[in-house]
Amino acid sequence: MTALQRDRGTGTPPAQTAATGGARATDAATGASAPTTRRRASRRKGVRRHWWFTPWLYLLVPLVLLVTFTYLPIGDMIGYSFSDWDGISPEKNNVGLKNYTDLFTRPELFKVFLVSGVYLLAAVVQICLALYFATVLSFNTKFRNLFKGILFFPYLINGVAIGFVFLYFFQPHGTLDSLLELVGIHGKFLWTGDPDLVNKSLAGVSVWRYTGLNLVLFLGAVQSIPPHLYEAAALDGANRWQQFRHIIAPSIKPVISLSAILAVSGSLAVFEIPYIMTGGANGSQTFVIQSINMAFKFDKFGLASASAVVLLAMILLVTWIQRRLVPEERVELS
Amino acid sequence: MHARSAAASGAKYLSLVLASAVVLVPLVVILLTSLKTRSEALNTGPLDLPGNWLNLENFRIAFTQGKMLPAFLNTSFILLISVTGTVVIGSMTAYAIDRFEFRLKKLVMALFLLASLVPSVTTQVATFQIVNDLGAFNTRWAPILLYLGTDIISIYIFLQFIRSIPISLDEAARLDGANTFTVYWRIILPMLKPAIATVVIVKGVTVYNDFFIPFLYMPSSDLGTISTSLFRFQGPFGVNWEIISAGTILVILPTLVVFLALQRLIYAGFAAGSSK
Repeated sequence: MTALQRDRGTGTPPAQTAATGGARATDAATGASAPTTRRRASRRKGVRRHWWFTPWLYLLVPLVLLVTFTYLPIGDMIGYSFSDWDGISPEKNNVGLKNYTDLFTRPELFKVFLVSGVYLLAAVVQICLALYFATVLSFNTKFRNLFKGILFFPYLINGVAIGFVFLYFFQPHGTLDSLLELVGIHGKFLWTGDPDLVNKSLAGVSVWRYTGLNLVLFLGAVQSIPPHLYEAAALDGANRWQQFRHIIAPSIKPVISLSAILAVSGSLAVFEIPYIMTGGANGSQTFVIQSINMAFKFDKFGLASASAVVLLAMILLVTWIQRRLVPEERVELS
Repeated sequence: MHARSAAASGAKYLSLVLASAVVLVPLVVILLTSLKTRSEALNTGPLDLPGNWLNLENFRIAFTQGKMLPAFLNTSFILLISVTGTVVIGSMTAYAIDRFEFRLKKLVMALFLLASLVPSVTTQVATFQIVNDLGAFNTRWAPILLYLGTDIISIYIFLQFIRSIPISLDEAARLDGANTFTVYWRIILPMLKPAIATVVIVKGVTVYNDFFIPFLYMPSSDLGTISTSLFRFQGPFGVNWEIISAGTILVILPTLVVFLALQRLIYAGFAAGSSK
């Protein structure tokens, strides 16, 4: 686990680069004037320099792809969101902010956010479970690799396969009902058919699916805590909960905060499991299902684009807030 | 004191066993169902065992009538090109950004950084038009282009790794007269092996499991990937849960084999991949 630690290790530019190479240290230290210094130094050594366009040869394909499939769509989407385009006809009329006002004033369009709320709660459960199991598995436990493997494996399974596994699991007189009968609970639950239950059932599937990923992330972070800290705490008579509270939790804060942000953007962007399992029926429609239906079933490209712009804005806002709140763990690119 | 710690330890194992059961029971039930005959599937409870543990008839039907073979071939083709392309593109981008000084470098880095914040589901409505305009809709190139074009995470992984490769190696090669491409191909790429393993695993799992992109961009039934082909089981096999279960197991099995073979690499890969 590594990316964060590795970055923490090598991410101290001045000291590190000074150690690895003279030319780089100059770059880091003097910024703009660096290339000339470097060129002069290299010429002295007799190394052939590259042409100005050489880096662009390497960047040509990635940049074309990046612009075509990320920036162009964002621009287009913002454009469509102010139009009444149906996605097919050559005619596109400017309707101003109508799509946006529709989106915020028609309750049936906006209620998808309530569904996101259920998934967000599930994500909280998932993070707590992962924290608990990461703590348990990082101390002496028999079969820890086996448990870790079992808990992580769902994350690797194909989404459609998971959808089918749980459709069967939730069927009337299916696995879940049979298990509940074994412990004496007899009831007629429509796990995926009852509007009050469906989102909880589906969110449960997402806890099943993603807890393992969080577990592996947390486990890596917990294991990087120097063991002498626990020894010192044990000498002071700290119990497991106190060790968790004062050693583990603060040490892995960056990873928890990363998981929190992934949870928020993830719960806004839920698509696969509800689409496969219910097609969005019985009140399980999420934001993405609604946008896809709006665009490709009902030919309301303008409205779908406006809703996607809103979703994107929300995700960017959440990311920005998180980065402001927890700045120290930001992985810098330069 | 002693009794208390024994109780705590008992509770710990109980919670682990319980969690493992929650993970395994739904999967085991599907496996049991896939081995049942039609009448067993209808007349026995989901927790009952199949009469014949070697009844593979459902797998045969799922494999042939469910078009699983073409699906595996399609997925393999898309997987091979996307993963290779991701490695080449990601490592070249990282090489260019880390090893060269050039104008607009900051802008290029900002473009990649910003793009990593944009979840691709949000832009699909407009991306669809672009793929359509390129004439790639309903071809295998649509997912390939999208997998190659929207993978910023692999660039990060390569970038982080390439920074730890001493630049003196490049310079030594340059002294021997190597050009930039030789340095990339003969020095950087071989040194990047651990990062390549990470990217191959993360990308491979993503592509193998992806449903959204093939579903949206390759609706033609000849172009099913394993996700979309399995999804189509819902129609013809409707209530034949023993066949749907067999198809589901067929899709999960390769993942299980790869997971068991590469466990360590997989954990490391996902830890690196999702924390960027």
